[in-house]
Amino acid sequence: MAKTNAIPLDELLDAMTLLRRFEEKIVEVYPQQEMKTPVHLYIGQEAIAAGVCAHLAPTDYLVTTHRSHAHCLAKGAEPERLYAEFYGRVTGCCKGMGGSMHPAFPELGITGTSAIVGGGIPHGVGTALASKLRGDGRVSAVFFGDGASEEGTFHESLNFAALKSLPVLFICENNGYATVSPLAARQPDADVAHRAAGYGIFTEQVDGNDVAAVYESAKRALAHIRRGKGPAFIEAKTYRWKGHVGPEEDWTRGGRPKAELDEWKKRCPIELLLTQLEKSGLDRAEYAAKVARLDAMLDAAIESARSAPMPPVEQMERLLFRQETH
Amino acid sequence: MPWTSVCLNDEDVCCLEESGHRCLTYVQALREAHDMILASDPEAFVIGEGVDDAGGVFGSTLGLAETYGERVMDMPIAENGLTGVAIAAASVGMRPILVHMRADFLPMSMDQIVNHAAKWHSMTGGQVSIPLVIRSIIGRGWGSAAQHSQGLHSLFLSVPGLKIALPATPYDAKGMLLAAHADPNPVLYFEHRWLYGAKGPVPAGHYTVPLGQAVVRRSGADATVVAVSHAVPQAMQAAAALKDDGIGVEVIDPRAIAPLDMDTILASVAKTGRLVICDVACRTAGYGAELTCRLAEAAPQLLKAPVRRVSFPDLPTPASPALEAAYYPGVEDIKRAVRQTLAK
Repeated sequence: MAKTNAIPLDELLDAMTLLRRFEEKIVEVYPQQEMKTPVHLYIGQEAIAAGVCAHLAPTDYLVTTHRSHAHCLAKGAEPERLYAEFYGRVTGCCKGMGGSMHPAFPELGITGTSAIVGGGIPHGVGTALASKLRGDGRVSAVFFGDGASEEGTFHESLNFAALKSLPVLFICENNGYATVSPLAARQPDADVAHRAAGYGIFTEQVDGNDVAAVYESAKRALAHIRRGKGPAFIEAKTYRWKGHVGPEEDWTRGGRPKAELDEWKKRCPIELLLTQLEKSGLDRAEYAAKVARLDAMLDAAIESARSAPMPPVEQMERLLFRQETH
Repeated sequence: MPWTSVCLNDEDVCCLEESGHRCLTYVQALREAHDMILASDPEAFVIGEGVDDAGGVFGSTLGLAETYGERVMDMPIAENGLTGVAIAAASVGMRPILVHMRADFLPMSMDQIVNHAAKWHSMTGGQVSIPLVIRSIIGRGWGSAAQHSQGLHSLFLSVPGLKIALPATPYDAKGMLLAAHADPNPVLYFEHRWLYGAKGPVPAGHYTVPLGQAVVRRSGADATVVAVSHAVPQAMQAAAALKDDGIGVEVIDPRAIAPLDMDTILASVAKTGRLVICDVACRTAGYGAELTCRLAEAAPQLLKAPVRRVSFPDLPTPASPALEAAYYPGVEDIKRAVRQTLAK
């Protein structure tokens, strides 16, 4: 664990617990086959979204990926608007047009989500370019996985961000797999951070399961950006517990070794923090009561989302183009 | 109407100038539109390879960087990534104009155009739109060959969410760029290098030409010729020549192929019963195929003769001047096609 001075560990615990329980609820209801959307679960990686987003204001921009839920929640999205979107309801954040892979919360600086691997990386650079041209002081945070670092857009984006000294934080969540292809089968160097450093970008590597370490790293990186020194890059090493898509674990289909998952589960980011906090007086029973209250809230959100109306069919045509002109 | 006229020679231009109309070349009209956009809209910026250099994209952005500084921005050779950058800047309300020296570079950014810009407004439930203009230039001649002379506009017809403009005159070059800038949706704006020197009337002030409104360039009762971009002046020359033979050709310039103004085209075919479609691209699955299918769906009884297409052959553009001469269709091909529709 990193140094704990002035790190809001209780808030980080709450944030990680929300991200975890939000998705565990999806695992619970998914077999009912009413939530007809491909879900890419974040379970096991919560420390990264929580540790980074703790530093972001609602006005700051955030770009996520097909594995989007946690980033949206950590930025302040209402669970019900996400669940409703997953159920394809008109009350969803995108009126049922996007599903799980394309959430948008413009009021939270999330202006849409690409599910093309690497597709969103230049978007965080574009919002940062807008901020620089406007001088609005906002920063952009772009999350992506190790697989995206193989795409051309990764290199094009880092090059341009460094060239123009843009206020953008790149966060590579290196969970070691692209679907079930291990990193070693795809890249000659296990450290994605080395590529970022090659562009002259301020770069750190961090244990992505240690929320305090992520928090501290993001704090340093964002201070660098906010001082006008240009982009920063964090590579957070972590592990995804569930399959690439869906609520199952990969070992059940022979995709990955169960022993590997079991080892990583011993390093659960929430358990690591709970163990640490217990030393300074956290009461497990109180935490369990808090989780129960959270679960009740999430259950209510799911029920409300599920009972909302479907979108009207005419919506498809109406939303193709925006009508008003400049 | 001077604003819909196509000047085919110096005489046409002199005639308009003498009657008090301000005439500019296509490239001057383009540059003027950029200047007006940058002067009036602080959220607008121009980005592209060489937009601030000594050539200024064949003159279309020449000298603008001196006035507007970093809002006229060179960029790395990274078409897909930079298209994504421009899309996201547009998603938060900026108004970028992204410039490619050749339309052939658009396939480099297919992912960001097709998977992102075109779908953003729908995918976000209408919360976010992409007011992005992507200019690109169709090249021709001097051995430009297969990767510097393609007309790829029709590739994008099967992607809902994009508007596709092909201005053929200086008046439209300015008015459609101003319209594209004002449009809250992504617009692909295709120019033709051989139109850059063409002169025509261009008002000094602000005006827009709606994207998706065809214009009848010339009236005639015997055959309809639909033409876009550089094929428009060719069609006008063919029509002028055929008039001498007593054949009245109606020339329609759709000006945009998405949205495509079928009403104007159907009204003309209702009158003539004969249709020739001219393009600056290869033949198969061009905008003419879509046009013909919509005609067949809406009013097949209007046709008195088979439709003819005048387009590039379904072959990559060759380099040798001897082969270029054989590759590109011209005025004679349009005349022949019109006569074929009248043959029976």
